[in-house]
Amino acid sequence: MSTVRNDDKPKKQIHLAAHFPGVNNTTVWSDPASGSHIEFDSFVEFAQIAERGLFDFMFLAEGLRLREQAGQIYDLDVVGRPDTFTILAALAAVTERLGLTGTINSTFNEPYEVARQFASLDHLSDGRAAWNVVTSWDAFTGENFRRGGYLPQDQRYERARTFLDAATRLWDTWKGDEILADKASGEFLSTPAAGTFEHQDSQFDISGRFNVPRSPQGRPVIFQAGDSEEGRDFAAAKADAIFSRHSHLEDGQRFYTDVKGRLERFGRRHEDLLILPAATFVLADTDAEAVELAREIRLQQVSPATAIKLLEQLWNRDLSDHDPDGPLPTVDPSENDDLIAKGRASARSHGDRLEQAERWREVSRAKGLSTRETIVEVTGRQSFIGSAETIASTIDDFVQADAADGYILVPHITPGGLAPFVDHVVPLLQERGVFRTAYEGATLRENLGLREPGQ
Amino acid sequence: MSAPLPRLRLAVALDGAGWHPAAWREPNARPEDLLKPGYWAGLVQEAETGLLDFVTIEDSLSIQTDAPFGTEDDDRTDRVRGLLDAVLIASRIAPLTRHIGIVPTVVVTHTEPFHLSKAIATLDYVSRGRAGVRVQVAPRPRDAALFGRREFPDISYADLRSPAGEGLIREAFAEAADYVEVLRRLWDSWEDDAEIRDVATGRFVDRDKIHYIDFEGLHFDVKGPSITPRPPQGQPVVAALAHRDRPFELVGTSADVGFVTPRTPADIASITAEIRAAQDAAGRGEETVHVFGDIVVVLDETEQGAQDRLTRLNEAAGAAYESDALIFAGTPAGLADLLATWHAAGLSGFRLRPAVLPDDLRRITQKLVPELQRRGLFHDAYAGTTLRGALGLPRPISRYATTEGTPA
Repeated sequence: MSTVRNDDKPKKQIHLAAHFPGVNNTTVWSDPASGSHIEFDSFVEFAQIAERGLFDFMFLAEGLRLREQAGQIYDLDVVGRPDTFTILAALAAVTERLGLTGTINSTFNEPYEVARQFASLDHLSDGRAAWNVVTSWDAFTGENFRRGGYLPQDQRYERARTFLDAATRLWDTWKGDEILADKASGEFLSTPAAGTFEHQDSQFDISGRFNVPRSPQGRPVIFQAGDSEEGRDFAAAKADAIFSRHSHLEDGQRFYTDVKGRLERFGRRHEDLLILPAATFVLADTDAEAVELAREIRLQQVSPATAIKLLEQLWNRDLSDHDPDGPLPTVDPSENDDLIAKGRASARSHGDRLEQAERWREVSRAKGLSTRETIVEVTGRQSFIGSAETIASTIDDFVQADAADGYILVPHITPGGLAPFVDHVVPLLQERGVFRTAYEGATLRENLGLREPGQ
Repeated sequence: MSAPLPRLRLAVALDGAGWHPAAWREPNARPEDLLKPGYWAGLVQEAETGLLDFVTIEDSLSIQTDAPFGTEDDDRTDRVRGLLDAVLIASRIAPLTRHIGIVPTVVVTHTEPFHLSKAIATLDYVSRGRAGVRVQVAPRPRDAALFGRREFPDISYADLRSPAGEGLIREAFAEAADYVEVLRRLWDSWEDDAEIRDVATGRFVDRDKIHYIDFEGLHFDVKGPSITPRPPQGQPVVAALAHRDRPFELVGTSADVGFVTPRTPADIASITAEIRAAQDAAGRGEETVHVFGDIVVVLDETEQGAQDRLTRLNEAAGAAYESDALIFAGTPAGLADLLATWHAAGLSGFRLRPAVLPDDLRRITQKLVPELQRRGLFHDAYAGTTLRGALGLPRPISRYATTEGTPA
């Protein structure tokens, strides 16, 4: 495989992370090897496989309301998940170096509480906490919270920005030298007002004393996942890493160049922000076997029933009578912007839906594919497919070609799906000299090669 | 002759370096480790070697203060300041223990019942059925300012019996009762067998067994269902500390365990009567609601030695320690006498607050527990692995279950 490479540069070290399989059709729960998504043993096994592979961190997503489609709880994918903070704190007890990253919503929480929880998690994990900052704006999720209502969509990044600013202010109220704990003199604190803060902005007006002294990392490592202009600027200004969805070479490079190019504007260096796309993989003994296996997995992921549900999500109308083995519907997507699918991040306007439906039709026509086959073709294709050698060289090439700084791998089987990658691909990356053979540091920030946060 | 009493239940309340404000200056104290996971793991493992039924972990949203009813944070530098989120401490230590119940304190006045419900459900999964939660109100300006969402009147401790004070307490505890109702409904919102993984039909769950809770209250509406399936105990244990009428009512209507602070056997009779009356009024007369006595303990081999320890601690603190609970300074045998008497007077268990950690905890596990065992008042081994089991509470079916047991 040949990609552009600047041979003058030393090779970049690859970062790897493990995404616990989620509540969407990527996760194949019907496989006999698939275990619980709730029992703690699954999380322990998953985290320990990732740590055996010297991964930088594991990643937990979040959902605050069960998904619905056409007014009913969506039942074809994994449903239900445990609480993010609680699982990460427990995993700190059964791992030693693995970073613990959780998605926590900034709309249905308050900065004081979230800052306190992350500072606590950072203490309890000896410096391994990370926060993927997300916002929601839907009233559907708001029905579970005091705040209720929703956030106007144009305020979501303002909310995220101000929330993170407020949390950062709280973390920085303690410098780290306040606790003397001097039994002889009786001085526990060096300063009487440690933790004092006052913060006002468009979203928050809070004051008092933050009650968690400075944690090992100072602040958790900050992730951002949005892809819009605003999201990219937010990441360039505030984040330590981006959880992106651009796992292919060219779109990865475009995204990488774009976001890294924004850093200077915010007074930050090229290496202050890591780009880590989510990626799936299918590993087999040979490339040909992997291609075959990848197709089988795609058919598991897109059952006939799931195909109809995915079709309905794009068309935004009831297509329950549509034949998944027949052609795509001739009717166009609905103009109604009240979405049939609730609790999913992928809200689109009617114009986008029309355009995308047209693309699906083109693929279907060009290749003579049924509805289900079309969806198998156009959605969720695995990022890395091949033998261990092929996958290792592809990942290495992509990272060296600045399509990414590493990948957040999403296995399709819980909890053991990552093991083949750890056992077969990681050693090859190590042989190439592009992946660690031991953890460099004690904290996640150290292992990611990020600077200490300024105060 | 009445039937013999069931064995007494025993818990310890963990708080920083111990409950006495000068605890952190004792020779065995580890004040520099209060934010480290190993400190908490060691304490809970010690409690487990003593076969204790559960530990509670104190918490507050605002920073510790010697004047909890004051408007302002105090500016003392001679007390422990700074603490970690108790739910996360509980979760961090759960995988390191096997039998002991773990009951973190949570503030219900400012937090989200939806988040807390899934956090405690998850603690129940992580601990395999040993989770509880102690709910606490904080209707104070200094706590509200941290969130900036609500305002509370500034009412001093002395004014709590004024009409304004009574109103504040009534409202705060009504909200706490709503909060517990939401926790309980969300824990029941998935029936036990909702996850079906039916490959033939492609359905992961039976959505007829997942329920909206549709709670509407003065301070929050919660639609549900939970995102977390029903926890191993079905209903994790709910506890509350109570000193007077409204809080007693909360225990009777909403809790499985009430922590109370009697000074005499006569107090025990009146307190339990109030709680039982509230329990009956709420239609829970047939359910078990434990009433535990809270006692601060300073233990030593001799009576004099314990008194000397307390004197030394008070001198270091600069003032005699005062507590809402009885402060017992004496021998483990003397404490066993008191517990036996109070047990017979109507308390089903005790939550001991060690004045100093780890010293008084070790005297509980290594001296008091053997003494109670000799008297036949405490168990010789853990009988089960869930907290409800330890407390003699059955595992309830979901209130939303349409069929009893597993359908054929």
